Amino acid sequence: MEAPRQAKLELRSVSLEHVNERTRQILPVLQDVDLKVYEGELVCLVGPSGCGKTTLLNAVDGLMPLAGGTILVNKRAINGPGPDRAMVFQADSLFPWRTVVQNVMYGLELQGKLPQQKIRERACALIQLVGLAGFADHYPHELSGGMRQRVNIARALVMEPQLLLLDEPFAALDAQTREFMQVELLKILQRARTTALFVTHQIGEAVFLSTRVVVLSARPARIKEIIDVNLPPTRTLAMKHQPEFLKMERRIWRLIEEEAEKTGMLTVA
Amino acid sequence: MDVVTTETEPRTLDASEPRLAPPKSFWERNEHALLGALAMTIFLLFWEAAVAFEWVNALFTSSPSRIVTTGHGMFADGSIWPHLKVSGYEFAVGFGMAIVTGVPLGILMGWYGRLNAILDPFVSALYATPRIALLPLIMIWFGIGLESKIAIVFLGAVFPILVNTITGVRTINADFVKVARSFGASDRQLFMTVALPSSVPLLLSGLRLGLGHALIGIVVGEMYGATHGIGHLIAVSGARFQTDAVMVGIIIIASTGVAMTELLRLIEKRFECWRPTVGG
Repeated sequence: MEAPRQAKLELRSVSLEHVNERTRQILPVLQDVDLKVYEGELVCLVGPSGCGKTTLLNAVDGLMPLAGGTILVNKRAINGPGPDRAMVFQADSLFPWRTVVQNVMYGLELQGKLPQQKIRERACALIQLVGLAGFADHYPHELSGGMRQRVNIARALVMEPQLLLLDEPFAALDAQTREFMQVELLKILQRARTTALFVTHQIGEAVFLSTRVVVLSARPARIKEIIDVNLPPTRTLAMKHQPEFLKMERRIWRLIEEEAEKTGMLTVA
Repeated sequence: MDVVTTETEPRTLDASEPRLAPPKSFWERNEHALLGALAMTIFLLFWEAAVAFEWVNALFTSSPSRIVTTGHGMFADGSIWPHLKVSGYEFAVGFGMAIVTGVPLGILMGWYGRLNAILDPFVSALYATPRIALLPLIMIWFGIGLESKIAIVFLGAVFPILVNTITGVRTINADFVKVARSFGASDRQLFMTVALPSSVPLLLSGLRLGLGHALIGIVVGEMYGATHGIGHLIAVSGARFQTDAVMVGIIIIASTGVAMTELLRLIEKRFECWRPTVGG
């Protein structure tokens, strides 16, 4: 057995609600979710569309209030956004009026703890890490989708977060770029030694990236099942065709299918 | 439980050593400008010919050569300068005051929802009213001197600037706000790093709109009870059937408008080098 591991992130019976501005109806999104994410892990959240994966991620980032329960990062309950967490957002959230390096410098500039020169150095190091050396002074619109997402990842990692949150970061990419970015992400995270929580709706992506996959139920979401991914730690794209991989993918798909049927999203013949 | 991958050396995508495609020809680079210039030249030649061959009466239509002669004469004998000085002064003070009040007030109204709720009925009502309709009132309040002209220029320009600035600050991309908050931005930082930069395009287009209204204000304002000014020149010359002088006035106003718009476009470019170019 390994030594007892540090839980980087702990959810204790977390519940979330959404208020419809027009009807004032309170909609439960997430109910009594308990989850631990350990140091060095990459945990993926999957579930039927609209089940509240992104909402949960926002809550962990501190962007929305909890309806119940506690979220602990490094054993400390969170209260709003903090430097211990950083989010890689969906698609295009880079500031178009800032260059690559200025985008990556953004978080540290807000903190205002380091001198500008130091911030630039760290940003440049991160740009190097994500493989974009030479593009520091480009504007986002001059980059491809895959390159923009690398910047997005660098912008979060430069904060040296304890926990990296990724909200479907590759959703807007084409299928090829997406696969390459998955491999790249694993390399980048390994170099940066960061624990990560990753939301995706693509099951293959979840299996490929994760040490564990958390399957959420239909709304209000609970944890339906947690699946250990028993693939060798070194992941290659070829693994996506191995029987073991496909079996896991099928199993998760079946779990999600069950949930989709419950909501009527999928009609049973 | 580490995820280990085989390759650890960071690969870099290289942007250095660009190869250059063959340069575009003079025509390719300036096609649109050249087409515009060509069309304008043809139009002026046609106009001149129409007068020369007496297809139309020059008393009504004037002609390019007569406009040039009259304009040259007015500059040479100095009779144009008082008009230019007065109108320039009214424009500079009126438009300047419109920027100095419109931009800050617009930013405040865009940022503070309650302030907007209080002032919006007034702004909306005045924005929808043709400000020219206020001219008689303004002359009662400010007299027939420069002050009333400055006031009408100011009123014409301030509302487009104000409304555009408000809209610019209010319509921030929700994703950008989320990013800023996620990185721990305070309200002040959110304003400085997201709201301000993203409102610049709308703010500048507000200035462009305001510019047009300011020029209208000058011309119309000077048509009533003025002794000098380009608007006065146009009105008086018109009454005396001096079409050539009317045209000189119109051309001065038009070229001021074009020059200022170009200037604003240059400023816009300076601020928006990050924006992808659209079309060719």
